Amino acid sequence: MGCGVFRAGETRPEHPAFPLPFGKQVTITSEFIVEPKNNHSISAVKFLDVNRYFGEVRAVDGVNLEVRDGEFFSMLGPSGSGKTTCLRMIAGFDRPTAGQIFLYEQDVSRLPPYERSVNTVFQDYALFPHMTVGENIAYGLMIKKVPRLEQSRRVEEMLELMQLSGMTGRKPAQLSGGQRQRVALARALINHPKVLLLDEPLGALDLKLRQQMQSELKAIQKKVGITFIYVTHDQEEALTMSDRIAVFNHGRIEQVGSPAEIYEHPRTPFVAGFVGVSNLVSGEVATRITGRPEPFSIRPEKIHLASQEENPGEDQYIVDGVVRDVVYLGLYTRYMVELEGGGDLVVVEQNLRTTSMDVLQSRGQPVRLSWHRDHIRRLGA
Amino acid sequence: MLSRISTYLFLRPRLVLLLLLGPPLLYMLVVYLGSLFALLVNSFFYLEEFTGLIVREFTLRTYALIFNPANREIFFRTTLMAAAVTVTDALLAFPLAYYIARFASPRLKTWLLIAVTIPLWSSYLVRVYAWKLILAKEGILSWFINLLHLNPILDWLLSIPAIGGSSLSLSPLGMFIVFAYIWLPYMIIPVQTALERVPNSLLEASGDLGAKPYQTFRNVILPLAFPGVVAGSIFTFSLTLGDFIVPLSLGNSKFFIGQAVYSYQGTGGNIPLAAAMTMGPVVIMVIYLLVARKLGAFDAL
Amino acid sequence: MRSKSYSGAQASWGLKIAAFLTLLFLHVPIWIIFLYSFTPDETTYTFPLPGFTTRWFGVALGRSDLWSALTLSLRVAAVATLAALVLGTLAAAAVYRSNFFGKESVSFLLVLPIALPGIVTGIALRTAIGGLEIPFSFWTIVIGHATFCVVVVYNNVLARFRRTSGSLVEASMDLGANAFQTFRYVIFPNIATALLAGGMLAFALSFDEVIVTTFTSGQQTTLPIWIFSQLTRPRDRPVTNVAALIVILITFVPIFLAQRLTAESSETGESKSG
Repeated sequence: MGCGVFRAGETRPEHPAFPLPFGKQVTITSEFIVEPKNNHSISAVKFLDVNRYFGEVRAVDGVNLEVRDGEFFSMLGPSGSGKTTCLRMIAGFDRPTAGQIFLYEQDVSRLPPYERSVNTVFQDYALFPHMTVGENIAYGLMIKKVPRLEQSRRVEEMLELMQLSGMTGRKPAQLSGGQRQRVALARALINHPKVLLLDEPLGALDLKLRQQMQSELKAIQKKVGITFIYVTHDQEEALTMSDRIAVFNHGRIEQVGSPAEIYEHPRTPFVAGFVGVSNLVSGEVATRITGRPEPFSIRPEKIHLASQEENPGEDQYIVDGVVRDVVYLGLYTRYMVELEGGGDLVVVEQNLRTTSMDVLQSRGQPVRLSWHRDHIRRLGA
Repeated sequence: MLSRISTYLFLRPRLVLLLLLGPPLLYMLVVYLGSLFALLVNSFFYLEEFTGLIVREFTLRTYALIFNPANREIFFRTTLMAAAVTVTDALLAFPLAYYIARFASPRLKTWLLIAVTIPLWSSYLVRVYAWKLILAKEGILSWFINLLHLNPILDWLLSIPAIGGSSLSLSPLGMFIVFAYIWLPYMIIPVQTALERVPNSLLEASGDLGAKPYQTFRNVILPLAFPGVVAGSIFTFSLTLGDFIVPLSLGNSKFFIGQAVYSYQGTGGNIPLAAAMTMGPVVIMVIYLLVARKLGAFDAL
Repeated sequence: MRSKSYSGAQASWGLKIAAFLTLLFLHVPIWIIFLYSFTPDETTYTFPLPGFTTRWFGVALGRSDLWSALTLSLRVAAVATLAALVLGTLAAAAVYRSNFFGKESVSFLLVLPIALPGIVTGIALRTAIGGLEIPFSFWTIVIGHATFCVVVVYNNVLARFRRTSGSLVEASMDLGANAFQTFRYVIFPNIATALLAGGMLAFALSFDEVIVTTFTSGQQTTLPIWIFSQLTRPRDRPVTNVAALIVILITFVPIFLAQRLTAESSETGESKSG
């Protein structure tokens, strides 16, 4: 069965504080706390040539993947890219048409969901509407016939961990979106899953709450040390929370890597385009700038905008153009620059000294764009 | 043990589907479609007049029988009745449906919808019986007409051969009233649903463009409510076509389709003729449904 | 003021009156039944009533033919409802959870017995029963009733399935419950009121049915058949009045409860999504 993630029942003399983003610190007395470990040699989830077809549609098309123990792993991609299908296959709601899925070295491809020690936080939370918060959280324990007393003890603990104390008797319909989210999380975590799956769990929340929950989730993951697999279409979410990211497109994985790798070194035009904002330059324009026809990408924030008189150093690529459009965004300004001889680039500059009046006047001005040669990413065709 | 069965089934979704769908589908296919098929087959048999036995040979002679003048008249009379009832119900239904859809508050709306559906669900037979009481010669309606001194008009109506009779409770006119009453909820609900779907913004737009209220009503509301009327008419029309309770209770010797089917199979023992006769409403309804689908009625259901 | 906020206009008096009259038209005939069950008049339907009496209730209670008709109707309705609950729920579950070829036709097939005129179903069953030389019995009535009761349960349960979150079942299995535990703890509690509502409607539908029953009952007399025979050849007018009242009451109660059940659950459903 592989290696246990938890040290169940172990008690510690000192209880580390649990940092939560609500300005309150909660001390937990649970068996959740594990030693910070980087046991990345252990594979938590492994996909071996996994395919999933729905009729003619290849939802998942030959995916190979390894998620390491204790990782916060994100599956990023547009809708219909196969990321959710992959998640559902790990949970057991769906089965591969071909290929194998391993959970801590055990082939689970043909196991039903209730025989996998994996739990899921659903996009719509899927809280049982006819049960109270307490009954929802205790559901997994009730099924496992854990004694009543033990059930309520652990539920209380979870409630406190999730800052839901006093909510035990409420029905899901009486909770706010953020509270439902935390009940869903508690209901999953109380079972000590080896892997926690999260299917766009923050999608239904407003921006502020989402940002709060992002750091809260990350903090919880750090503390409990469970492998998190997080499905999202929001690249910012994936970049801020994950240890590693797999970028999905058309049922295939385009690239797997750390957020920095994905952002700084996109390996395919799709990744470059999907993760962050990126200028893709190819063909004639590429040749004019770099002297070679290979396509490349350059991030808008790496481009320096200057007047045409300025002469940047030897290690820079240079191209001239005219500012066609300016969007003032407070913290920074986005320029659309039409290049001489065709093509255009998006440039983002922080408004360190400039005001909105200044930047808006730059419309129609000739400019010189430059960036360090190391900042371009050459892309395979 | 249960867990083992559960897992066994989990890995075989097709088997689960079969287990779920099998019993109801089998029941409906064998009992219901089987019976309809038997009906169709029987309509191609015939009754040997002398022996009174059903001859199980393929023949079209039973179908030839239903086109004789007497039966043709029955079809014509029934269809005419169904059409009259449908038009009347559409007119009767509209004000209430319109009020529910556009003016009633959500709370009142819930109650009004219950008020409309309760007659629909409560005993059809008893409601027919109630009208027998109301329409009786010495009953409430006569009393009321007497009160208003309208007897001459009633007598004149009852003296018209096509619709009259000895009293309202024994005349095509009485039948018409009862049919219109019985099926009215079937018209109100789809019309209300269709009207409900007309967004307020559309009405405001029409008013904005200078249409007077009655113009908005004619040019915007009515066309949009029409699919609902067609949907409702499927019920009023079909139910009138096939009914035999009302004609048997309030009619005279002039038969309607349902009545004819009932008496052919019962006293006559002529199941083939009854079967062939039933194909009449089925064919009429299929045509009606096809037209209704063209008019967008199924979206309003 | 209340109605104003929903359309931006007040209904005209003409419309209000027309709507009110239509409502009266729908309901007054039912009240008439109540009225007439107290008439002392034995041979006609005279109005105004020549007096007031409750003696027909006693007479009706003493009539064994009425009692046996009532018990037969109740038994048929109970068994037909049970069959409809099982078959309708199975069909709804199948249609809800899977995609299969001909899925659309399942709903169509189930709705057919109430979409086609009752006489078609009736004469078709009569033909099949006659053709197979099956003797008329309690079961021939039940089989006929079940065909059109299934769709009522099916519609109610399917609507409930569609309103509850599809991931509830997955969530339950995810938390360790097998299919049977999931049914017991999650599916059943969520569809219970829909089953109750559908079951009560099916019961009312069956209890009251006369057209199909005419063709499948042979010589047996259900309560509606008894009333129908009185409609065509009135012999016991006062007793019929009481019988009609009984039918109204027995059908009204479950229908009213079913309405309340569906209304309540749809309200909570709305507040959930809102």
